[in-house]
Amino acid sequence: MSRLKVALTQKRYAGAGADVLTGLQFELKTGDFVAIVGPSGAGKTTLLKIIAGLDSSYEGQVELTPGCRIGFVFQEPRLLPWLTVADNLRLVKPDLDETALREALQRVGLAANADSFPLRLSGGMQRRVSLLRAFLIKPELLLLDEPFISLDAPTAESLYQLLLELRRDVHPTTLLVTHELREALALADRILFVSRSPARVILDYRVTLPRPRRRDDASVMQAHADLLNQHPELLAGLRTAPGDSSSMPELAP
Amino acid sequence: MSSRQDDLPLPAGLIRAGSLIVALLVWQLIAWRLADPLLPSPFAVVQSLIHHLREGELLHHLLKTLLRVAGAFFVAMIVGVAVGLWMGRSRLANLALDSLLIVMLNLPALVTAILCFIWIGLNETAAIVAVALNKIPTTITNIREGARALDPQLLQVGEVYKLSKFRRLRYLVLPQLYPYIMASARSGLALIWKIVLVIELLGRSDGIGFKLGTFFQFFDLTSVLAYTAAFAAVVLLIEACVLRPLDRRLNGWRT
Repeated sequence: MSRLKVALTQKRYAGAGADVLTGLQFELKTGDFVAIVGPSGAGKTTLLKIIAGLDSSYEGQVELTPGCRIGFVFQEPRLLPWLTVADNLRLVKPDLDETALREALQRVGLAANADSFPLRLSGGMQRRVSLLRAFLIKPELLLLDEPFISLDAPTAESLYQLLLELRRDVHPTTLLVTHELREALALADRILFVSRSPARVILDYRVTLPRPRRRDDASVMQAHADLLNQHPELLAGLRTAPGDSSSMPELAP
Repeated sequence: MSSRQDDLPLPAGLIRAGSLIVALLVWQLIAWRLADPLLPSPFAVVQSLIHHLREGELLHHLLKTLLRVAGAFFVAMIVGVAVGLWMGRSRLANLALDSLLIVMLNLPALVTAILCFIWIGLNETAAIVAVALNKIPTTITNIREGARALDPQLLQVGEVYKLSKFRRLRYLVLPQLYPYIMASARSGLALIWKIVLVIELLGRSDGIGFKLGTFFQFFDLTSVLAYTAAFAAVVLLIEACVLRPLDRRLNGWRT
């Protein structure tokens, strides 16, 4: 199955003075849902690109079952604007038959939008298609690169529930990159906190809260506050900004 | 585009035809005033056109020319898109072929025509190759720009989801190149038909170019203009019945 073991010793972009990643190590067991939380610009996207094989200029090792099917949900939906929703899905799964397509679209609440072009859909709907696309190939490893960024709270919450629901069938090993701690607490079984660039793991935290849970649940809020209290030295910048109750601010620079 | 149509003072078709109608009127007026056989009026040209059509010769030559235009056009577009895409995506290919491309871009049509007729022979292949060689470099230059501007984020989607080479080309790459291909096709059609006439004049015994050469020897300007008008009509027809509908189809996804 799809165990993932990452041991990166160094990654630097050509022309850049400093390393993006140094000594970043972790391991995911089959079926794990792990979130990586860290400040923007910490090299989290770079890490996902390395794991997905989109970037091969690094030092270190990524151990992944050969031929492992990878689903990737990008920060922007990245649908092909000239293909309809249905054709965007058929693109990654050419043998998708009509019945399966209709069922899948029904599941994500887009039954009426099979023949719409992506630019005519709302941002939230485009992200649903993007999530569905990743799950259609029955991924063994699912990589999520801040896919819920800049959505309003109810839309984000409905996408969380969709992600968890789709995950129940396929059950891919999942790696979610985010800078929102409460999002990570609501979704993941385990959280790896990474430092500012060059990123390395500074805290490996197991989430033991009961499911189902939502981002606004008291238990999630409590865990969030406890984490900040217990690890002030690591998470000094993680606090809710005044007047902002819907989303977590980024870790302090 | 519908939002822009709302502010038009007249129907779009009328405005489209307007510049042509005005040009014809001005021409007719000057021809009346000068009354010189070296400036036939549009009316005389239309009469001549009907005469040549009745004789049956015009259609024969027009068809010959059209076939050469079509042959050269498709050869030039296929080779131009393939090489342009390759040069746009591969630094090595670009470095290796760039100097040659610049020389080809600046090679006069007359030179390629003479060389092809001498090396290949006075036949159709030589004619089509000579014309295509004039269009290929400009197509390459256009498509190369498009290939350089391909969205890397969408290409990553193809890579992550392990799409086959064919599917990447068909669904990811070509749709991004369509605007460049359409621009190339339009300017290409114009360039090709101009060069086809030169080539027919030089080394063919049929086609519009050949006939124009004959009319030139007799100073028969009315017939020269009648043949030109016939082809201009065909070009307008291709634009209206092929290129514009194709444009609409390819751009249907834009909101």
